[in-house]
Amino acid sequence: MSTSKYYISASSIVSNHTLVKNQQQLYVDDVVDNAPAFFLSVYQHFGFNYPKFYKMDNLSKLGWLTAEVLLKDSFDKARYQPNQTGVILANANSSLDADLRYFESVADIPSPALFVYTLPNIVIGEICIRHGFKGENAFYIQEQFDADFIVGQVSYLLDQNLLQACICGWVDVLKDNYKAGLFLIEKEQKENSLDFSAINLNCLLEGKQI
Amino acid sequence: MAEDLKEAKVPVYIAADNITSPLGLTSSKNFEALKQGRSGIATHNDPALSAEPVTASLFAEDDQLFQQESQYTRFEQLLIASIKEAITQIDFDTTSENTILILSSTKGNIYLLETEQYNDELAKRIALHTSAKLIQQYFGFKHQPVIISNACISGVSALLTGTRLIRTGQYENAVVVGADVISKFIVTGFQSFKALSAGPCKPFDRDRDGLNLGEGAATVILSSADKFKNKIKVAGGAVSDDANHISGPSRTGEELGTAIKNALIEADLTPQDVGLISAHGTATPYNDEMEAKAITYAGLANAPLNSLKGYYGHTLGAAGLIESVITLWSVKESLIIPTLGFNELGTTPVEVNTSLKQSAIDHAVKTASGFGGCNAAIVFSK
Repeated sequence: MSTSKYYISASSIVSNHTLVKNQQQLYVDDVVDNAPAFFLSVYQHFGFNYPKFYKMDNLSKLGWLTAEVLLKDSFDKARYQPNQTGVILANANSSLDADLRYFESVADIPSPALFVYTLPNIVIGEICIRHGFKGENAFYIQEQFDADFIVGQVSYLLDQNLLQACICGWVDVLKDNYKAGLFLIEKEQKENSLDFSAINLNCLLEGKQI
Repeated sequence: MAEDLKEAKVPVYIAADNITSPLGLTSSKNFEALKQGRSGIATHNDPALSAEPVTASLFAEDDQLFQQESQYTRFEQLLIASIKEAITQIDFDTTSENTILILSSTKGNIYLLETEQYNDELAKRIALHTSAKLIQQYFGFKHQPVIISNACISGVSALLTGTRLIRTGQYENAVVVGADVISKFIVTGFQSFKALSAGPCKPFDRDRDGLNLGEGAATVILSSADKFKNKIKVAGGAVSDDANHISGPSRTGEELGTAIKNALIEADLTPQDVGLISAHGTATPYNDEMEAKAITYAGLANAPLNSLKGYYGHTLGAAGLIESVITLWSVKESLIIPTLGFNELGTTPVEVNTSLKQSAIDHAVKTASGFGGCNAAIVFSK
């Protein structure tokens, strides 16, 4: 189940102070020493303007930024109806980073603004709101990225024409450890597309040459 | 391939089911309780939960279901109890190569934060994949379990994931289990949202003023095996997102409506075929109105509808499963459960069922919606 007839049109990987798009390093910031500072640094570097970003928890910030870079200049939104694009994500730590922050607030006054982020799929909601995606979505918890499973799920949705395009991948944050890899999967081969396979997803996520 | 799959669509039967809730430890006891109009909801004065009284459906602290001295947490004990009872019904072999375990929860072991010092070890103990691994080992499942955490649609999503894994031929059986435990973490969060009702909730009612929380677990064993061909089938299902607001539902309900329509298309049904809608019906002002609009949009305004939140409260990651099981039993027994707490319609007109009603149901729809703007619908057919 690890191969598919579909294509990775674009990839965006954020880890270790570095942002890589389509296997090209786009940004490094070695100065910042914590996750939220790095996310802000990316946001400012690319000149993004989305005030809601500041309200998001770290998981949503990371997913939002990675999706923003993924789709910029690589996604022709007009080709699809809103319900033809979906988002299938996974991570290891669920929303624990936000859970810890929310639970700190409970001792004082429980914060609804923090509580709303205590679900891992909120990052899917944020990406859907930003890009107007209304299709199938799911958030899976995996100890390690299970590329085979993701390829299987996304391929099924494309096979069944429940989706025509899908953003899939990994978005994980716990305290200052973070890693995200998002992939734009489409049915048609484009210039520089890669085969949508588990091997390719793993190589891209780990920064290995394909 | 799309055409091939359509031509030879693998059937997915409900081989066995369980509900483990404050109303009973089997599906049959739960269905019986609902027939008698019994609810698990009561007002609790428990400072460990909240400084204020909390109206919710909770297990007793000392419920015999739970062992204090156990390597398994309360959450995991719920999952084990539910799976165990379901598999005994059909003498099911959990160690088969053809079987996958699918776990649904929103918060799992998060309540451990309330009593234990946070460190890396606790983070690992809280992780849903740790619980999943323990359950896998307990029953001897061969494959790494699939875990879904997709807010309040998790249970329905888990059923759809299982259905799809069987349809592609990857597995013959999927043991789909969901649970959530209610604790201070969750109660204070919903309180901070002003989402809780002080009394028993009133789904779709004019005076509805919020939800009740509830705890429980449920298991559905899905199978494509021929020996279950006389059982109820999963006929279709779909998921959508509002792309509108992370904590408020769509204004139009079109997105949930689209999920319902897509589920009916997969099931090859028209709205007239639907004999029952088991709604999410949390009894918050916004959810129920959105849902009523969605149901109308999908052409189901005249189909009998109920919400089971008046019996169970909102059981979060278990809700989609618990309520699906009751829906299956309604189909099986030709009996629609009344919407406890409902008195006078307070939404866009839908056909809220208020009495225990005999009715032959060939096809039923279960819906769910949750934070993040997610919506799901699944169709069960005789």
